[in-house]
Amino acid sequence: MKVLDHLRQPPALSLRFSAVWLRNLRVWRKLMLPSILGNFGEPLLYLLALGYGLGQFVGEVESMPYMVFLASGIVCSAAMTGATFEALYSAYTRLTQQQTWAAMLAAPMNVDDVVLGEIVWAATKALINASAIVLVAALLGLVAGPEALLVLPVILLAGLAFAGIAMIVTALSPSYDFFLYYFTLVMTPMLLLSGVFFPLSSLPEAVQIGAQGLPLAHVVMLVRPLMTGGGIDAPLLHLGVILVYIVATYWISAALARRRLIR
Amino acid sequence: MGHAAVETGSVPAVVARGLTRRYGGVNVVDGIDLDIEAGECFALLGPNGAGKTTTLRMLLGLTPPSAGEITVLGEPIPQRARAMRERAGIVPQFDNLDPDFSVRENLITYGAYYGARRREVEARMTELLQFAELTERADEPIQGLSGGMKRRLTLARALVNDPELLALDEPSTGLDPQARQHIWERLHTLRRQGRTLLLTTHYMEEAERLCDRAAIIDHGHIVACDSPTRLIHQHIEPHVVELRGDLALQWMGRLSGGEALDGLRVDPVGETVLIYGHERDSLLDRVEALIGPGYLYRPASLEDVFLRLTGRELRD
Repeated sequence: MKVLDHLRQPPALSLRFSAVWLRNLRVWRKLMLPSILGNFGEPLLYLLALGYGLGQFVGEVESMPYMVFLASGIVCSAAMTGATFEALYSAYTRLTQQQTWAAMLAAPMNVDDVVLGEIVWAATKALINASAIVLVAALLGLVAGPEALLVLPVILLAGLAFAGIAMIVTALSPSYDFFLYYFTLVMTPMLLLSGVFFPLSSLPEAVQIGAQGLPLAHVVMLVRPLMTGGGIDAPLLHLGVILVYIVATYWISAALARRRLIR
Repeated sequence: MGHAAVETGSVPAVVARGLTRRYGGVNVVDGIDLDIEAGECFALLGPNGAGKTTTLRMLLGLTPPSAGEITVLGEPIPQRARAMRERAGIVPQFDNLDPDFSVRENLITYGAYYGARRREVEARMTELLQFAELTERADEPIQGLSGGMKRRLTLARALVNDPELLALDEPSTGLDPQARQHIWERLHTLRRQGRTLLLTTHYMEEAERLCDRAAIIDHGHIVACDSPTRLIHQHIEPHVVELRGDLALQWMGRLSGGEALDGLRVDPVGETVLIYGHERDSLLDRVEALIGPGYLYRPASLEDVFLRLTGRELRD
């Protein structure tokens, strides 16, 4: 089948995906400690180094201490990196070297189940990473109040969207090297242009408009007020954009994975 | 092992009509018809690239056919492949055990892909481990297992859902003779339990020892399909003399002297000469008269049939 034929066919939803999620959870549990430290050490380092270091020069941003401003951004970027690495490198290893996907497909599992299981798992990793940062931020007094807990469902949705985008890359990728394009052309610009480290408003207007297409920008616009206690502008718009990314990227990545595997 | 739910009786395990698969304009599988009874052990035999694996994948719903109709365990394929695979076990050509898990965890995790709960698999664990003879290694990581052990575990993994049909893609390729014998013994056991066995192989001995029937596939076609004994009977003279090295050269030299061969068929294969005859005594008399003793006599085998039907040129 041509790629368009696959794209026309909606992914078949079923609860079977949970077996893939469970498999990945079982593996993760074995390496839980190094995994948490590895995934959470880097964003924490960014938060502390930039927050204290750069914060001295920056002072207040959007009428809050830079450290407070940055903490909510780092939660979002940690979610993005967590979901992306899992859906790129780990999923690709299971697809190619380990042939874990092939083994699953010999059981009563479809490609759509496997892709969904991997995406939901990667979103779970995003949630784990981001939760750890939220916890540290709360301990450092960088969080306004208990409504910061509402960040977690937002992060889960964001994780699904970021994992979905990465899964498209995984389904297309001929090798690990291919991921570098994605990092250079998509991830890094998105990280720098979504209001994680500095407010979007400090960018030229054209860039600001362009940034409205980036899922991370919308995640930040939801997460920052929840963590710092401000009001959210147009929450439904931001949620809507994230949901569109979730559905569209699952649809596309499942179609591409079917094209790659069912032959 | 348990009792496979094999009460299919009248429902054939596999029916395929006009099965075809095209890749880039070439028919890799070209109009194959298959009927496999429940409880039968059936082999797809063929040289590399003949279309065995593609045929098997189509039957299992892993590759969509370009044309043709398939019913496996009463389910139309690929439409209801998931329902069929719930009652089937698949042993792939290359081991894809989960490297992140121990032997036991591999079985539990694979059970989950069939929707089995952990305790359901735990209940069959002793049985599965015994079958794979891996009881002592249950908690070891799979990296430490030998090739034969891995294959046995892959086989046990395919039994986690107590399947009616077991599909095996080259089950003994890459194993040493001991490990191969071991796998064959396991497969015999599974057959005795009434499960349908469908395997691809290019080991003639495997097909001859295990299978009720074999289909010889070449260039995407079935060139012959019957029991190994009948295939031999129908396609080849029953007696063979094999001459190697000097004896082969000697024979060639004699032949150029213009000896009559009356009824013998001579097939030179590189440094070896194969001489086929219908009567054992007259075959041996002729050979002995020409080159004396020292030759090797054997009854014709499936391999002779295979080479006769698929030719001798090298395949990749």
